[in-house]
Amino acid sequence: MVKIKSLADLQKLKADMQTKVDLREKGESAENLVQVKVAMATCGIASGAKQVMEFFMDELEKRNIEAVVTQTGCMGYCYAEPTIEVTLPNQDPVVFGYVDTKKADEIIEKYVKEGILVDGIIPVNYETIDDKNK
Amino acid sequence: MHLLVCGGTGCRASASDAIVGKLEKELEEKNLQDDVQVVMTGCFGFCEKGPIVKVLPDNTFYVQVKPDDAKSIVEEHVIKGRKVDKLLYRDPETSKEISDSKHMGFYKKQLRIALRNCGVINPESIDEAIARDAYAALAKVLGEMTPEQAIQEMINSGLRGRGGGGFPTGLKWKFAADNKADQKYVVCNADEGDPGAFMDRSILEGDPHSVIEAMAINGYCIGASKGLVYIRAEYPLAIERLKTAINHARDYGLLGENILGTNFSFDIEMRYGAGAFVCGEETALIHSMEGERGEPTFKPPFPAESGYLGKPTNVNNVETYANIPVIYLKGANWFNKIGTEKSKGTKVFALAGKINNVGLIEVPMGTTLREVIYEIGGGIKDGKKFKAVQTGGPSGGCLTEKHLDTPIDYDTLIASGSMMGSGGMIVMDEDDCMVSVARFYLDFTVEESCGKCSPCRIGNKRLYEQLDIICKGKGTLDDLDKLRNLSHVIKDTSLCGLGQTSPNPVLSTLDNFYHEYLEHVNDKKCRAGVCKDLMQYIIDNEQCVGCTACARVCPVGAISGERKGPHNIDQTICIKCGACIEKCKFSAISIQ
Ligand SMILES: Cc1cc2nc3c(=O)[nH]c(=O)nc-3n(C[C@H](O)[C@H](O)[C@H](O)COP(=O)(O)O)c2cc1C
Ligand code: SF4
Ligand code: SF4
Repeated sequence: MVKIKSLADLQKLKADMQTKVDLREKGESAENLVQVKVAMATCGIASGAKQVMEFFMDELEKRNIEAVVTQTGCMGYCYAEPTIEVTLPNQDPVVFGYVDTKKADEIIEKYVKEGILVDGIIPVNYETIDDKNK
Repeated sequence: MHLLVCGGTGCRASASDAIVGKLEKELEEKNLQDDVQVVMTGCFGFCEKGPIVKVLPDNTFYVQVKPDDAKSIVEEHVIKGRKVDKLLYRDPETSKEISDSKHMGFYKKQLRIALRNCGVINPESIDEAIARDAYAALAKVLGEMTPEQAIQEMINSGLRGRGGGGFPTGLKWKFAADNKADQKYVVCNADEGDPGAFMDRSILEGDPHSVIEAMAINGYCIGASKGLVYIRAEYPLAIERLKTAINHARDYGLLGENILGTNFSFDIEMRYGAGAFVCGEETALIHSMEGERGEPTFKPPFPAESGYLGKPTNVNNVETYANIPVIYLKGANWFNKIGTEKSKGTKVFALAGKINNVGLIEVPMGTTLREVIYEIGGGIKDGKKFKAVQTGGPSGGCLTEKHLDTPIDYDTLIASGSMMGSGGMIVMDEDDCMVSVARFYLDFTVEESCGKCSPCRIGNKRLYEQLDIICKGKGTLDDLDKLRNLSHVIKDTSLCGLGQTSPNPVLSTLDNFYHEYLEHVNDKKCRAGVCKDLMQYIIDNEQCVGCTACARVCPVGAISGERKGPHNIDQTICIKCGACIEKCKFSAISIQ
């Protein structure tokens, strides 16, 4: 692997990664990808997040939907585990709670395919450090 | 278009199901059911003003909506595109209507600094972390600042340790930097022994690079090339993710020799603890890492002078570290504007107990308990009455109704008889007995005391026994004085922080809930119905029809009586299992 030897290297890598992440998140240009993040901390896994993540990976592929499924840390909504975040191209991310495979199926069929929201959305209730800057 | 209806427990209780039904009916009547979807969501966290309906895509936020308002929402907003003024939220200060949830003060209650990347990035991808600015602070510090300047910046930020004590981080770094030695160490305390706390675990599982980066900055500032993470073996996932992250950082050359082309070198190793609470105390932690018994030793010398292997050592907590990269990127002057005068920044809390939205929250210092419990936490479960909130775990105390509007920071919590601790926050309602709560914590302390010094080893055991006697209804007024005296002796004479704080749950409940102690010793009553020895199951002769159902279900044969005649419970035999009360169809049995 290439080593990062200077601040310039780090900034270049950051810029590369950011375009990559942006492309994926905002789906600009050709890559109109759906992004699914599954909260996989101890609490999430204990309530079945792993099965949900595998379900998304398998089913999105089977149903021919171009998507990236990734894991992430605890979102903080422990009362509603497993939680996932779905980002459709050019849209704000939406968090769903209490996602089992049945709910996951509904999310794919309704939200991912048709853009129709389904029950179980968890509203974001915090500010980020980027908001604080503005 | 979407209509989002809050389905949180609080709003549900006040009719959100009915609202959904009405909205759907209205939409159907207007033949709009295919264009507009009604969706039930999780809690919006603004339960005080519930039930809440939010309209997408325009983000209109309606509060205190009643089922009958469905008509105007559909006819006005959905069809004519006009906002329904009377349902908009009014800013309490300017009494102007605010329609967009992004501008509501409420949504500024939480601010994520330490948790900035948790739930956002893939914790196993260093690239995603770098895209979100990981290691940029390290590059900035190495490239633009001398260690002295970097320490000064930390002092200016006002950051205080999040591991419990609240010691100013910059000052601690300065002490370690000022002590000259051929080798120094940076230690991350990831022991997290507080029952119910999981802030540190979540940070390590969600954003391990923030901790690695901050430890490297710490190393540069104090002149250490070695970092150690002391983590409990019960956190396998956190260990796994941290290991992966360390390896990735090494692959990129962000750990190792000559980091970012400078002559600063730094690497991190992991050390595993067996999960003893006392091993979170920094001197015990250091001994445990050295392979000695995990027992505290007297300070001074402080670790900054003589720590791991006798060398100057700086110990900081996981959450403390997680704040640090942001402080360097945005500057001390950005950070020290958040929070209160003496406590800067935010604090992560693990909200638990009788609260609707159990979870991990991060709020600016100075947020009140009321805001945390009622606005973020969604209020008390099942609409019960709030009684107390416990902060600081076994070292802390219980705060009550009268503290709800106190801004939370290190100093106000201590002044109220509790402490910040690591950030556990357990909410209690009318069904919790405060004497039993104190006994619970003492049970924990007795279990976890290392036994090195007698006030803590013997004193806490005696405290526990006294509390147990009171819970069993055999306590006297004298015992209450004894509890208080013994508590002070233990606090004053114990060797380490564990013993010095362990009587806090007793003292704070004595102060704030003296009447409950009195009821236990004088009236032999437990108002919460928790202390079994103070409860009696009684059959009301008037109500009892003599069906014998209770006598048949009683596992110890405590109930006697003739068929069709009134029954009676022999209190000397009854074990208070409650089986009879569930069986009686005539409500003849009650608890007293
Ligand atoms: C009994 C006892 C248990 C402690 N447990 C922890 C712990 O689990 N995690 C932690 O970070 N600090 C714990 N501390 C505090 C540490 O001794 C130390 O002050 C802290 O790690 C310093 O880091 P900070 O300045 O960043 O808070 C404990 C202290 C005592 C007395
Ligand atoms: S106060 Fe308790 S835990 Fe601390 S050294 Fe004494 S016996 Fe051990
Ligand atoms: S179950 Fe109720 S009514 Fe029947 S014997 Fe017992 S107390 Fe009386």
